[in-house]
Amino acid sequence: MPLFHYYLLLSGALFTIGVVGVLTRRNALVVLMSIELMLNAVNLLFVTFSKYLGIVDGQVIVFFVMVVAAAEVAVGLGIVVSRFRLTGTVDADKASLMKW
Amino acid sequence: MIDYLFLTILLPLVGVLVNGFFGARLPKKLVAVIGCGTVGAAFLIGVSALIALARLPVAERSVELSLFEWMAAGDLRVHAALLFDPLSAVMLVVVSGIGLLIHVYSIGYMWKDSGFARYFTYLNLFIVSMLILILGNNFVVFYVGWELVGLCSYLLIGFWFHKPSAADAAKKAFIVNRVGDLGFALGIFAIFAVFGTVQFSEVFHAIREPVNGFVDGQNLLVLGAIAVLLFIGAMGKSAQIPLYVWLPDAMEGPTPVSALIHAATMVTAGVYMVARCHVLYELVPGVLAFVGVIGAVTAVLAASIALVQHDIKRVLAYSTISQLGYMFLGCGVGAYAAAIFHLMTHAFFKALLFLGSGSVIHSMEHAIRHAHGDADPQDMRNMGGLGRHMRITALTFVVGSAALAGVPFLSGFYSKEEILTSAWEGNRLLWGLGVAGAVMTAFYMTRQVLKTFFGKFRLGDDIEAGLHESAAVMTVPLLLLAVGAVGAGWIAKPLHVFLSPVFNSQEVIHGGVEAAAHGGGHGSLMVIAICAAFAGIAVGVALYAKASDRPTRLAAALEPVHRLLYNKYYVDEIYDRLMISQGHALSRFLANVFDAHFIDGVVNGVAKVVGGVGEVLKKCQTGYVRNYALTMAAGVVAILLYFLMR
Amino acid sequence: MDYFLFSVAAIIAVVSAVLVIVQRNPMHSALYLIITLLCIAVLYLQLSAQFVAAVQVIVYAGAIMVLFLFVLMLLDQENPIDTPSTLRYQNPVAAVMGLLLLVELLFLSARAQPPAVLTSGAPGSSPGFPGSVESVAESMFTRYLFPFELTSVLLLIGMVGVIVLAKRKL
Repeated sequence: MPLFHYYLLLSGALFTIGVVGVLTRRNALVVLMSIELMLNAVNLLFVTFSKYLGIVDGQVIVFFVMVVAAAEVAVGLGIVVSRFRLTGTVDADKASLMKW
Repeated sequence: MIDYLFLTILLPLVGVLVNGFFGARLPKKLVAVIGCGTVGAAFLIGVSALIALARLPVAERSVELSLFEWMAAGDLRVHAALLFDPLSAVMLVVVSGIGLLIHVYSIGYMWKDSGFARYFTYLNLFIVSMLILILGNNFVVFYVGWELVGLCSYLLIGFWFHKPSAADAAKKAFIVNRVGDLGFALGIFAIFAVFGTVQFSEVFHAIREPVNGFVDGQNLLVLGAIAVLLFIGAMGKSAQIPLYVWLPDAMEGPTPVSALIHAATMVTAGVYMVARCHVLYELVPGVLAFVGVIGAVTAVLAASIALVQHDIKRVLAYSTISQLGYMFLGCGVGAYAAAIFHLMTHAFFKALLFLGSGSVIHSMEHAIRHAHGDADPQDMRNMGGLGRHMRITALTFVVGSAALAGVPFLSGFYSKEEILTSAWEGNRLLWGLGVAGAVMTAFYMTRQVLKTFFGKFRLGDDIEAGLHESAAVMTVPLLLLAVGAVGAGWIAKPLHVFLSPVFNSQEVIHGGVEAAAHGGGHGSLMVIAICAAFAGIAVGVALYAKASDRPTRLAAALEPVHRLLYNKYYVDEIYDRLMISQGHALSRFLANVFDAHFIDGVVNGVAKVVGGVGEVLKKCQTGYVRNYALTMAAGVVAILLYFLMR
Repeated sequence: MDYFLFSVAAIIAVVSAVLVIVQRNPMHSALYLIITLLCIAVLYLQLSAQFVAAVQVIVYAGAIMVLFLFVLMLLDQENPIDTPSTLRYQNPVAAVMGLLLLVELLFLSARAQPPAVLTSGAPGSSPGFPGSVESVAESMFTRYLFPFELTSVLLLIGMVGVIVLAKRKL
């Protein structure tokens, strides 16, 4: 099996780990980290295809993803901090008021 | 000039938009100038277009102007197109001219009304609608005008909508017209189904020159049905039996509106339609005879009701119905040009009479309010001797009445005489009815003039002191209309020559014109007509010239007849019993039973089902973010599964 | 050699990624995440994407993770989250979902046809591959100039948002 497939597989594995992290962890900070994992899995996929297709566009898109990730982390952490100030916790499950 | 014909519609429409949207904020003078100016411009364009048309060779006097394609659906192609031929030219000038005078008069009549701008908006819209109706070159455009006229009559009759009687009268006019309009619409559908087109010229061409034996028995039946359906529409618009009941109530609107409805617009639409479709009617003599009979019967019945009414406007309203009956009588015996001629002369003197009565009411109202009385300013029993205070109004009113009564050498004499002569040649019975109606016409007009303008004022001196002549803006239109009421008859000959290409037949220019114009031919018929007029006048003078108890004695002697006439043959009551109360019962059933139980049940049931489902499904909204994320993940898994399975 | 390098980096990345989500202490999670990110940077280099690898190290492993650590230290984490979960079925179902997802991605990866260019050789071997800073920059400032400019707006919005959120009183 060529290395190409292993890249895909690695990317899939990292993505799955990120998904499981988001689904199981209650600490909002760890959830954010898991999201970073998922983003990185996708980035890896972009770079892999960029390489194998011989075009540079994938890498440019990776750059944009990183910018979005940076903005997302900044805002996400801001929300976590202000929520911590209000409730004294970073438990995502404690933020369950928006329901029936 | 003919190319700019669309401006006659467009300019008043601009007036509608300007006065409608900004009128309340504009000064009244500007509103009046816009309202009258646009109609005046339309009139001038109409006159110059008429002259331009008259200059064309006779064979080319039918101009079609296509403005744009309005709608196209399947085989149906409707152009917003105008047809300008002698018939529409005459109508255009009459409608815009009379309409202009009524507009000017309205400035004075409505000056103190708070809805001044609204009034002129409606009035302009009325002119627009009527011009669309007259100038349309196909049945669909015609129908647009037809319906718009109905709408405008509704708006104007109900102009003082805070008065329940006015609101009711407006509704009555609208609903009764709907009955007729339904027939008219069905007629148009049938025309499209049979001929595949709605354009006048194409339809009439197909009728006139049938391809491969179109006119056989069965098709004649179809044509007859179409003719009857169209005539049902005309019955509604032109207030013929049995759909005339709305017109007397229409006087709830401001008086100039009555003049507009009765003289220039609206009610003439039906006559115009029958004249326009004469090709169709001539092919089905049975229907044509039906038109004539309806016209004659309406003429007599309405005139008989007018004999005993006390309200000054109500007499005139029934007179209008009666005169419209004459026009249909003329159509029914094939004298279309005579009908249009009578339409024109009637427009002059009926507008004059209504505006004159408006002047009287205006003055009476003012005087009564000034003296803190509460008498009815429209009741002729309260009037009398007004001629001394309102000389111009009285003079013009007398002229109009004489024209309507058929005094020789005034306009009404010529046109009525012409219709009666044609009727004599068509059907003696119809002629007899017509003469009877003429006698009654002369009588009730004499009665009205004498009761209103002569004798002694019946309400006492303090109110009489408040009476005064109306302002010049109201009397000048009266004088102009009086000139028309006198002189319109003298153009009979050129009018007939001008109209003859439209009606395309020789029999129109027969004895009637000759008799009227030269006094030859049917001289004896003319003598009978003159005698009829003077007989009516004589009876009127005998009864009402001096204050006496003769009228009351006569009424007492003919008590049942008088009561029947005074209550208008109880037609309103019969309609109420037969239809309106049934309609009320149905409405009550629908409101109290059907709506309350069935409709509400469905609506509430739907709401309950939705609520119940929501009650169950809301449990999905746990509020936990990772719970939602789990659902998303399940979705991703499912989508990937689909890609794998594919 | 390629396989060896890939295997080492990939195994470290996966293991530390798993450790990220199983650590009880979020501080440890963050540190393991940095390791994962660095391993991915190594893989970027192997894919001859030097620019992206550099940005990965500087921005991701550097700036973003420092932000994480900063917040972790800022917030008082004395009492870890140990109350029993109110969502009983969440974790088992999540595990099943993760497993299903992994299997599906495995199948999809194995079935994927490598793009045509791949036939020229193993990663990194093609000469003059456009992964250099120069080629990325050229693409970014020509074809993707407008999105690139937009990212500045995005970052500005993010900045304003954070200030609004974090400041007690403006």
